[in-house]
Amino acid sequence: MTSIILFAPLVGAIIAGFGWRIIGDKGAQWLTTGLLFLSMLLSWIVFLGLDASVTQHISILRFIESGTLSADWAIRLDRLTAIMLIVVTTVSALVHLYSMGYMAHDENFSERESYRPRFFAYLSFFTFAMLMLVTSDNLVQMFFGWEGVGLASYLLIGFYYRKPSANAAAIKAFVVNRVGDFGFALGILALFFLTDSIRFDDVFAAAPELATTQLSFLWADWNAANLIAFLLFVGAMGKSAQLFLHTWLPDAMEGPTPVSALIHAATMVTAGVFLVCRMSPLMEYAPDAMNVVVFIGATTAFFAATVGLVQNDIKRVIAYSTCSQLGYMFVAAGVGVYSVAMFHLLTHAFFKAMLFLGAGSVIHGMHHEQDMRNYGGLRHKMPKTFWAMLIGTLAITGVGIPLTTIGFAGFLSKDAIIESAWAGTQGGYAFWMLVIAAAFTSFYSWRLMFMTFWGKPRGDKHTHEHAHESPMVMLVPLGVLALGAVFSGMVWYGSFFGDHAQVNRFFGIPEQHAAAAAGEGAEHGEEAATAEDAGHGDEAAAAGGDGHAADAAPAMAPQGAIYMGPDNHVMDDAHHSPAWVKVSPFIAMLGGLLVAYWFYIVNPALPRKLAENQRPLYLFLLNKWYFDELYDVIFVRPAKAIGRFLWRRGDGGVIDGALNGVAMGIVPFVTRLAGRAQSGYIFTYAFAMVIGIVVLVTWMTLIGGAE
Amino acid sequence: MIQADLNIILPEAVLSVYAMVALLVAAYTGKDALARALTWLTAALLVVLAAWIGLTGEGTNIAFHGMFHDDGFARFAKVAILLSAAAVLVMSRDYMARRDLLRFEYPILVALSVAGMMMMVSAGDLIALYMGLELQSLALYVVAALRRDSVKSTEAGLKYFVLGALSSGLLLYGASLVYGFAGTTGFEGIIVAAGEGHTAIGLLFGLVFVISGLAFKVSAVPFHMWTPDVYEGAPTPITAFFATAPKVAAMALLARVLHDAFGGVSGDWGQVIAVLSVLSMFLGAFAAIGQTNIKRLMAYSSIAHMGYALMGLAAGTVFGVQAMLIYMAIYVTMNVGTFAFIMSMERDGQPVTDIASLNMYAKQEPGRALAMLILMFSLAGVPPLVGFFGKFYVLRAAYEAGLAWLAVAGVVASVIGAFYYLRIVYYMYFGEEGEALETGQSPVLWGFLAASAAAMVIGVVNLFGIEGAAAAAAATLVN
Repeated sequence: MTSIILFAPLVGAIIAGFGWRIIGDKGAQWLTTGLLFLSMLLSWIVFLGLDASVTQHISILRFIESGTLSADWAIRLDRLTAIMLIVVTTVSALVHLYSMGYMAHDENFSERESYRPRFFAYLSFFTFAMLMLVTSDNLVQMFFGWEGVGLASYLLIGFYYRKPSANAAAIKAFVVNRVGDFGFALGILALFFLTDSIRFDDVFAAAPELATTQLSFLWADWNAANLIAFLLFVGAMGKSAQLFLHTWLPDAMEGPTPVSALIHAATMVTAGVFLVCRMSPLMEYAPDAMNVVVFIGATTAFFAATVGLVQNDIKRVIAYSTCSQLGYMFVAAGVGVYSVAMFHLLTHAFFKAMLFLGAGSVIHGMHHEQDMRNYGGLRHKMPKTFWAMLIGTLAITGVGIPLTTIGFAGFLSKDAIIESAWAGTQGGYAFWMLVIAAAFTSFYSWRLMFMTFWGKPRGDKHTHEHAHESPMVMLVPLGVLALGAVFSGMVWYGSFFGDHAQVNRFFGIPEQHAAAAAGEGAEHGEEAATAEDAGHGDEAAAAGGDGHAADAAPAMAPQGAIYMGPDNHVMDDAHHSPAWVKVSPFIAMLGGLLVAYWFYIVNPALPRKLAENQRPLYLFLLNKWYFDELYDVIFVRPAKAIGRFLWRRGDGGVIDGALNGVAMGIVPFVTRLAGRAQSGYIFTYAFAMVIGIVVLVTWMTLIGGAE
Repeated sequence: MIQADLNIILPEAVLSVYAMVALLVAAYTGKDALARALTWLTAALLVVLAAWIGLTGEGTNIAFHGMFHDDGFARFAKVAILLSAAAVLVMSRDYMARRDLLRFEYPILVALSVAGMMMMVSAGDLIALYMGLELQSLALYVVAALRRDSVKSTEAGLKYFVLGALSSGLLLYGASLVYGFAGTTGFEGIIVAAGEGHTAIGLLFGLVFVISGLAFKVSAVPFHMWTPDVYEGAPTPITAFFATAPKVAAMALLARVLHDAFGGVSGDWGQVIAVLSVLSMFLGAFAAIGQTNIKRLMAYSSIAHMGYALMGLAAGTVFGVQAMLIYMAIYVTMNVGTFAFIMSMERDGQPVTDIASLNMYAKQEPGRALAMLILMFSLAGVPPLVGFFGKFYVLRAAYEAGLAWLAVAGVVASVIGAFYYLRIVYYMYFGEEGEALETGQSPVLWGFLAASAAAMVIGVVNLFGIEGAAAAAAATLVN
C-alpha cells in the first residue's frame, strides 16, 4: 500500500509530462489530481491504522551495492513517516485541485500554449520526490529525495521561464540549496566513514559510540556526533531556509502561488525539520550541535518576523512568516522535544498552506496584483476567501483559551514550542526570542488581514471593480485546510505533547525510556486525548515501575520513530512551566493584534509617520537586514570576479592560448621541418637511416653496458 | 621426414608453384591477354588459401628442423595477409586495366610477394627470415616500378630498391653478429644465448641491426623516409598493397624475432621499440598535416599507425602482442576501404590525388562521403568506431606494462593526428565548391568502401571475434 502511495504521483508525473499529447490537457490535470487523492486516501489509512511500536522496512529494490556500501531502496514506515505522508499527500492533493482553477488562465503564456500538463507533472514529480525523502530508509535514498525536491522546486520557481526574475529566483534557490546540500553530503560521508553504513538503523545504533569518537576535520579534532549533527543541520538550514541560508525563500515566491503553498510552506521547507527529527537518535548525543540548532532557529524566528512586519507583497509576508515558523520548529527540535517540532510541522502545514492558497485566491481575484497597498475592502468581494484567511490568521497567531487545550491549531503547537523553549533553555535567549516573534507574527498577520480585507479599496479602480470570488475548485481546498487549521491542534495535542506515555505510544517508543517521567503523566493533556488513542492512559502508570533500564547504552538502534535520551526531561519540564510562561504567547498575540488594529483600522496614517520617524530602522527591515546586499558583496561579486578572471585569463589566455600556440605555432613548425627533411634525395634518406642506427646502437651499448 | 615437412608448408608450396607455373604459362601463351583472368584466379587462390589456413590449421607444427613454424600466430598473420592481398587485387583490376597497367606479371608478382610474406611470418631461423623477406621485397621493388613509362613510378621503384638494399644489408650484418655471438641462426638457439644471465653486447648489437632492418619494412621512423615517395609514385592499387599486406607481414616478423629469438631480453629491445613507436606516431602526425596529396598523407598515416602497433610490441607481453595483432587487423581493414575510395577519385578519366579536389564531395556522393567519413573517424581513433578499440588495446597494453608515458604520448599524438583526418572530412562536407570529381565509379570499389565502413560501425559489437583469435595467436608466440 505504501508503494502505491509512493509511486502513484510518479506515474501521474510521467504520464502527464510525456503523454499529455495523448490524454490531453484536461486529462493530464484530472489524472495527476486523481492519483494524488488516491495517495492521500491511502496515506490516511496508513496513518490511522499504524502500529507505531514496530518500524516496518518495506524493501522495493536493491539500490546500491558497492564494496561495503550497500543500500536497499526501502520504505521506512513509522510514526514520523506516517505524519509526513499525510501532510505531503493531503496538501499536495488539495494543491493539485486548487491549481486546476488557479492555473486555468495565465497571462505568462499564450492561449494556445499547453503549460498546464507541465505544471501538473512538476507538481506530481515534486510529490514523489518528497515522499521519497520522507519514506527513505537510508541516507542516500534520503539524499536522492532531497535533491529531487530541490530539482522540482527549481523547475516550479522558474515555471514562468519568460520572466527573468523567475529564472534568477530559481537559480538562487538552487545555488543556495547547494551550500546546504554540501554540508548534508559531508555529514552523510562522515557517517559512512565512521559507521561503514548509511542505513538509519546502523547509524542510530552507532550513535552512542560516535559521541565518544573524535574526528579530524579541516584544521581541528571534533566530537564526531556533534560534527555530524552540525553538518546535517547545515543541510537542513539550506532546505528549511534558516538564517544565513534563508535568502532564497522570499525570492522563491516568483513561482505560481500553489507552488508556494505546497513546496515553500507546507512540505519541502519542512524537510529540514524532518531531518533533524529523523536523526534524533544521533542528535541526542550531540548537545553542542543542538545548541546551535536552538540558536539558529530562535534567531531565524525573530529575524524573519521583523522583516515580515514591513513587507508589502502579500506573498512575501507569508514567506517570511514561513521562515519564522520554521525557526520555531527548529527550536523545539533543538531542545529535544522532537514530537512538538513535528506537531508544529503538521499544524503549520495546514494553516500556512491555507494562507497561501487564500492569498492565491486574492491574487487570482485581483488579476495578479500582489501589492497589499493596492488591496483593501475585499471582505465583501470575496467573502469565502475572507473567512478562510481569517481562520488561517487565527490559527497562525495562536488564538485559543489560555491554560486549556482549546484553540486553533497554531495556538496549541506554538505554545507547546514556547513552553518547551522555556524548559529547554531555562528561560533563556530562545524563549524570549520566540515570544517576541509571536507578537510580531500576530502583528504582521493582522496587518495583512486589515490591509487586504478591511478599509477602503486602494489602487487600480478597474481591478477592484472586477475583483471576484474564486471558483469552487479553489474554495474547496481552502475549506478542507480550514478544518485542519481549526481542529488538528486539539485533536492531536495529546499525541504530540501530552503526557510521556501517550507520546511514547504514539511514536512507538518503548516504555522504559519514559520511565523516569512516566509517573507524572496523568495531570496533563488527558482531556485532549482523542478517540484514537484514548483509553490507554492507565498503561502509562503501569509502566512507571520499570526503572531506569534505559541507562545502559543501546547495542542496537533505539526503537521508535523518535528518540529522547534517558535524561531528556524537557517535555515534562515544559508541562510544569509556570503559568506566566504558558500565557506569555497569548499576551504577545493580543499585543500584536491590538497594535495592528491601532495602526491599520483606527489610525491608518500612523504607520507612514512611524516609518518616516524611524527611517533607518524601517529601511533596515524593508531591505531584509541587507542580507542580499551583504551576500552580493561577500560572495556573489568575488565569485563573479574570480569566474571572469578564470574565464578571460585562465581559460581564454592560458588554456586557449596554449592550445592555439601549439596548434598554430609549434605544429606547423614541426610540420615544415618534417617536410624539409623529406628532400627526395636518396642520400638524405640513407643518412637518416644511418643516423638512426648509430643512435640506437649507442643507446643500446650504454644501457646494455649498465647491466 | 621430408614428407611431413612438405605437408606443413603445403600452402606456401602451392602458392609458389602456382606463381611459377602461371608465369611460364602466361609468358609463353597469351601474355597480357591473360592478365585479367590471372588476377581473378590469383585472388581466388589467395582466398582459398586463407580459408584453408584459417579453418583447418591447428596446433604448432615445426618443419625443416625449426626453420619453419606453423603456429597460431603465423596463421593469424597469414590469413590477414592473404585476405588483404586478395582484396587489393580485386580492387585494382579495373583501375589497372583502364590505365593499361594490367600486365600479367602483376598478379604473379603479388602472389610471389605473398608467398614471401607467408615465409616471413613462419620463419624460425635467421636464414628463413631473410629468404622470405627478400622474396617479398624483390617482388615489391618490381611492382613499385610497374609503370615503366612514368618517371615517378620508376623513381619510386628505384628509391625503394636502393634503400631496401641498404636495410637488407643492415639486417644481414645484424644477423651475422647474432650468429657470431650465439653460434646458431635458429631462434631456439638464439633465445638460449640471449636468455638469462649476462647477454653479450654483440648479440644486442646484432639485435639492434635486425630491428633496424625490419623497421625499414614497417616504415618506422627514422627508417621511414622512402614511404611517402614510394606511396606517391607507385600506382594507387600498388600503394594500397604496400599499405596493407607487407605491413602485417613485417610487423608479425618483428614480433616473432623479438619474442622467439630475443624473448629473454625484452627489457632491452622494449625500449628501442618504444622509441621507434613514439617517433613514428609523432612524425606521422606532424608531417601528414602538411600534405596536400592524399597518397602521401596516407603514407604518413601508415607511419603513425605503425607507431601504435609498435606500442603493443613495446609492452613485451602477451597482451601486447594480442593488441598489436588486433591493431593490424583493424588497420588493414580501414586501409582497404580508404584506398578503395582513393582509387575511385578521378576526373576526366585521370586519377586525382589532391585533397582539395574533395571539396563538397558530400553533395555529389552522400553515400561514399559518409563511408569515407566513418573511415576517417575510425582512422583518427574516434570512439565508438572500431579504430578506437585498436588504439585502446595498444594503449592498455602499454599502460599495463608500465609504459604509461608511452600511452600518454600515444594519446597526444592521436589528437594531433586527428587534424588531418578531420580535414578530409571538412573538405568533403564544408569545403568550397570547386571542380567536381567524377561520380558513379566502379561498384567493386564502392562495395569495398561500404563494407569497410560498415565493419567499422558493426565491429564495435565484438570486433567480429578477432579479439579471441588474436589472444590465442599471441599466446602461441609468447610463452
